[in-house]
Amino acid sequence: MSALLKDAWDGLLDQSWLVPTLLLIGLGLAFAIPEYNWLNKYIQLVLMYIGINIILTVSLNLVNGYMGEFSLAHAGFMAIGAYTAALLTMKVLPVVAYPVLFPLAVLTGGIVAAIMGLIVAVPSFKIRGDYLAIITLAFLMIVKSVIENIDYIGGPRGIPGIKRLTTLPWVFFWTVATVWMIRNFVYSKYGRGVLSIREDEIASDLMSVNTKRVKFLAFMLSSFCAGIAGALFAHLLQFISPRVFDIIKTTDVLIMVYLGGIASIGGSILGATAYTALMELLRPSTMVALLNWLPDLVFDPLNQYIIQNLGVWRMVIMPLLLVLVMLYWPRGMMGQREFRGFIPRRDRDAHRRINTRGEKL
Amino acid sequence: MTLLAATEVRHLFGGLCAVADFNLDLQAGQLMGIIGPNGAGKTTIFNLITGVYQATQGSIRFKGTELVGLTPHQITALRIGRTFQNIRLFRDLSVLDNVRIAHYAQANYSPLEALLHIGRYRHEEQRIIDNTRRLLGIFKLEHLAGETAKNLPYGLQRRLEIARALAIDPELLLLDEPAAGMNPNEIDQLMEFIQWIRTEFKLTILLIEHQMKLVMGICERIKVLDFGETLAEGPPLAIQNDPKVLEAYLGQESVG
Repeated sequence: MSALLKDAWDGLLDQSWLVPTLLLIGLGLAFAIPEYNWLNKYIQLVLMYIGINIILTVSLNLVNGYMGEFSLAHAGFMAIGAYTAALLTMKVLPVVAYPVLFPLAVLTGGIVAAIMGLIVAVPSFKIRGDYLAIITLAFLMIVKSVIENIDYIGGPRGIPGIKRLTTLPWVFFWTVATVWMIRNFVYSKYGRGVLSIREDEIASDLMSVNTKRVKFLAFMLSSFCAGIAGALFAHLLQFISPRVFDIIKTTDVLIMVYLGGIASIGGSILGATAYTALMELLRPSTMVALLNWLPDLVFDPLNQYIIQNLGVWRMVIMPLLLVLVMLYWPRGMMGQREFRGFIPRRDRDAHRRINTRGEKL
Repeated sequence: MTLLAATEVRHLFGGLCAVADFNLDLQAGQLMGIIGPNGAGKTTIFNLITGVYQATQGSIRFKGTELVGLTPHQITALRIGRTFQNIRLFRDLSVLDNVRIAHYAQANYSPLEALLHIGRYRHEEQRIIDNTRRLLGIFKLEHLAGETAKNLPYGLQRRLEIARALAIDPELLLLDEPAAGMNPNEIDQLMEFIQWIRTEFKLTILLIEHQMKLVMGICERIKVLDFGETLAEGPPLAIQNDPKVLEAYLGQESVG
C-alpha cells in the first residue's frame, strides 16, 4: 500500500504542470492575502521577511555552499541595493504617480550591487578560505563607514521615511525570480564549474573550466540577488541606516544557509523559513499573543519570568544555534541534497541508473 | 607533423632547477613515454605543458600555438587532455557530472542563456549529456552515472579520470602514471586499453610511467629524465641497453 502511495506521489512530482500550478496558486495567495486580510498584518509582515530572507540565503549559498568560499560581505551588498533603491524612489523616480516604476528601482539596486560584487570578486582570484573571509569582512566595514560618512544619504542617522512599496505580491515575484535564476545557473555549465571549483580548483581549470569567469559570474549573481533583497527590505522597513547592515545581518544569513544545508536550494528555502519563523516566535509580543490562552495561573509567572526576558535571550539563542548546527548537524536540513522539483528533468533523467541492456532501473 | 614541440624549456622552483634544457618533438599519432626516477621532473613537464606552471625559459608549441603564457583552461580548450598521478576527480560530484564538467569549453551558450534556460542552452545541454553517456558507455561506467565519484573502487576511478580527460575531445592526451597501484594482470589490460583508445579516439599520447613493462611494451619512443635533464631518447630497445639509463635506474654496475 505504501509502495502504491509512493508511486503515486512520485508520479505526481514528475508532472510538468505541478510547478507552474503551485506558482500560480502562490501568486494568487500573494494577492488575495493582503486584499482580503486573510492573515493579520503581523503575519503578512513575517511572510514578507521570509521571502526576503529566502533570496538572501539562496544567493549566499551560491558562494558559500556551492562554490565553497566563505564570504561575509552579503549584508554589504544588501546595503548597496537598499540605499540605491531608496535614493531612487525618494529622489529620482516618481513612484507615487507611477508605482509601476518600483521594480525598476529594485532592479537597479540589484545591478549596482552586482557591480560591487565584481569588485569583491577580483581579490578572490588569488585567495581562498580564511583570506577571502577577511577581505569580504573588510568590504562590509568599508561599505558601512562609507555610508556613515556621506551626509547626503543621512550618514550614520540613515534614511527615514522611505515609501512602503514592498508588498506581498512583489516579494513573491522577486523571490521566485531570483531563486529560479540561481537554480538555472546552478544547473548549467557555469554552475557545474562552481561545484568543480569547490572540489578542486586546479583540476577544474585543467578540465577547461574558465575558473576566473565562473567566479566572477557567481559573485555577481549572488550580490545581485542580495541587492534585490536589500531594496525590498528598505521599502518594507521604511527606514535604513548603516547599522541595519552590519555583521549581525550577515551572521543571520549564514545561520540560515548552514541550518538549511550547503549546496541546496531547497535547504536554503527551508532554513530561511524556519529561522525567520523561530526568531519571530522568540519575540515577547509574539509569545504573549501565542500563549495568552493559558490559564492566568500558568501564564502570569511564565510571562513574568521568561517571556519578558526573551528579547535578551534571542541574541543568545541565535549564535548558540549557529554553534550547535555546525557541531552536530554540519549537513543541515538538506546538505548537498535537493528537492526533485528543483532539478531539471534532463538532469534527473541523465543521472538515472541504466543497466547494461539500456533499461532504466 | 609535429603536434607538440618543446624547445630549450627550463623551469626553476626558487633556486632549484626542476627541468633543464628540455626538448621534445612529438609527432601526431605517436605514443611516447617519459621515464625517470622520482623527482626527475616528469610531472613538472606535464604541468608546464598544461599551464599549471609557467616555464621560466623556452617555448612549448602545440600545433604552432605558443602555450607558454596561456592559462590552463585555454590550453585545455586547445584539446589537450590530461590525468593526474594521484587521482584528482571531483570526489563529491556524480560520475556523470565529473565528465560533464569537462565539456565546459565546448558548451556554446552565454551566461544569460544559462540564467534563463533559453536559446542554445537546451540543445547544448542535451548534446553534452548524450556525449557524456556515450563516453560512460564506452568505459563501462554508464550504470554508475548517478554514483558519487569517491565511492568508486580505485580501478574505476582511474578509468573515470581517463573518460573525463577524453570529454575534452583531445588530440593530445597526457597520462600521468596510469598504471600506479595496479598489479601485473591489470597492467596488461591497461596496455591493451591505451592502445585501443589511441586508435578509437585518434590520439597522440604522452605518458609518464614507472612500470617498465608498460613503457617498453607500448611506447614507440621513450625519453629518460634524471634531475631535470634529459639522459637519453630513443626507441625502447635502444633505451633498454643505454648504459647511462641503466646507471640512473639500477645504479652503477659493480664488477665483482
